[in-house]
Amino acid sequence: MQCDNCGQRPAVFHTTTVVNGQKQEAHLCEVCAHEKGQASFTFPNLSIQQLLSSFLGQDPFVVGARTAPQQQAEPTCKNCGTTYSQFADGGRLGCAQCYDHLEMYLNPLIKRIQGTTVHAGKAPKRTGGIVRKKRELASLRQDLQGAIQGENYEEAARLRDQIKQIESQIQAGGDGSGME
Amino acid sequence: MAWNKLVSQPASKWTDATGPHAEVVLSSRIRLARNVTNLPFPHQMNEAQAEELIRQVETGVREINLVGLSSRVELFKLADTPALDRQVLVEKHLISPQQAQQARGKAVAISEDESISIMVNEEDHLRIQCLAPGLQLKQTWRTASLVDDALEQKLNYAFHAQKGYLTSCPTNVGTGLRASVMIHLPGLVLTQQAGGLFHRLSQLGLVVRGLYGEGTDAAGHIFQISNQTSLGKAEEEIIEHLEAVVLKVVEAEKQARLHLHGEMPLQVEDRLGRAYGILSSARVITSEEAMKLLSDVRLGIEMGLFPRLSHRTLNELMIAMQPAFLQKAEGRELNPLDRDAKRATLIRTRLAS
Repeated sequence: MQCDNCGQRPAVFHTTTVVNGQKQEAHLCEVCAHEKGQASFTFPNLSIQQLLSSFLGQDPFVVGARTAPQQQAEPTCKNCGTTYSQFADGGRLGCAQCYDHLEMYLNPLIKRIQGTTVHAGKAPKRTGGIVRKKRELASLRQDLQGAIQGENYEEAARLRDQIKQIESQIQAGGDGSGME
Repeated sequence: MAWNKLVSQPASKWTDATGPHAEVVLSSRIRLARNVTNLPFPHQMNEAQAEELIRQVETGVREINLVGLSSRVELFKLADTPALDRQVLVEKHLISPQQAQQARGKAVAISEDESISIMVNEEDHLRIQCLAPGLQLKQTWRTASLVDDALEQKLNYAFHAQKGYLTSCPTNVGTGLRASVMIHLPGLVLTQQAGGLFHRLSQLGLVVRGLYGEGTDAAGHIFQISNQTSLGKAEEEIIEHLEAVVLKVVEAEKQARLHLHGEMPLQVEDRLGRAYGILSSARVITSEEAMKLLSDVRLGIEMGLFPRLSHRTLNELMIAMQPAFLQKAEGRELNPLDRDAKRATLIRTRLAS
């Protein structure tokens, strides 16, 4: 049987879809099935580590580090000694501080995996107070911009005072990274 | 005593099959990855550091037991437990295979009803998991968050102002959340709609896996659907998105089942009846074959073919027929043929009772 789509290659994926009680059959070759997304039923037997390695494989820095480690000073976590290429091989960081010490290498990777580098969810109650305040601050600053643009100066003045108050609270409380 | 019950009873809260949409969704799970500051991540820890963390978690567990959950949480050091018992916990999804294999410096805290399990020194310092029957992700998240808050009173979590909760693998950073459902989709598989559906789910930022997680096959048409990314969205948003999509999948599965039964009732009832026939007469059966046939019987229950059977019985069977569980019940190691024979006997008696 030839592929319904290209009519050239043999059909290897056979699917039946039922739309409003109407049965529709499709017979596709491997190439067309992939293009139409029908072939995804076969499970990708990829572990997170493999997935990560494939992400990292695209990273020119890692390729450089693997082929010629002696030519470049390896980025290393100052706290636990984990190097970036150790992380690239095993897919695991050594400690929480790796996120700071290897930040410039990790950020592009995190962006690629997660689509962003900025957390928007829960913060710890006991140690995350300042993070919560900083978020509040960011949203107040946005409101302030809006108030100024709308020439709503009374509201702007009120917001400015509120911002000042929170800023001084943050200054009194430390840097807010939650990491001692 | 609590440990003995844990490794000898197949029933737990999720096997009740009492939750919403339990005819399609077996269970809902929330997992939170957490780490503490001032200790390296587990794969870099020495034994003293691993023990130190277990001590800290022990004090955290006391806090959990003060928040008024319906079931008491107790911590067990895995190095003190027999290997076979640990394998039973893997089959019950309470610990990971990695934890079972390398038990030194590892621990798990489990609630009496097994709806909460906290793995200590797994890939992250803590993996908080909450499990509920049917589709109830929001409620399960609230429980997980409560447990998280209680632990945080005693543990200094590694939290970054920009990146959120820090995890040993950056695929979990941010919320540390993986929300998932275990879902039975025979209708969509038999009408050959599953492939297309899974492709659409991946475009929606969700991942589909087999029953036992990463890289496993979909035994008995049971799949796991979960969120792919953990950063950039609030937990509630991730969960609402998953729940909304799962509801659509549930609807499609029900349609497919109706369609199958409506279009070819004779063939469908024949297939499901044969499955019951084999399960209630077989003398030797592999777990793979049993999973397949139990899937058909599960579908048959929904179609009203087996009025004396319940989802609950099938859920418990699915646990009790696993290799380690069978050997634990027998009190000794069994060769594969003996296991298959014990499994067949177990299924025959449960279906008949």
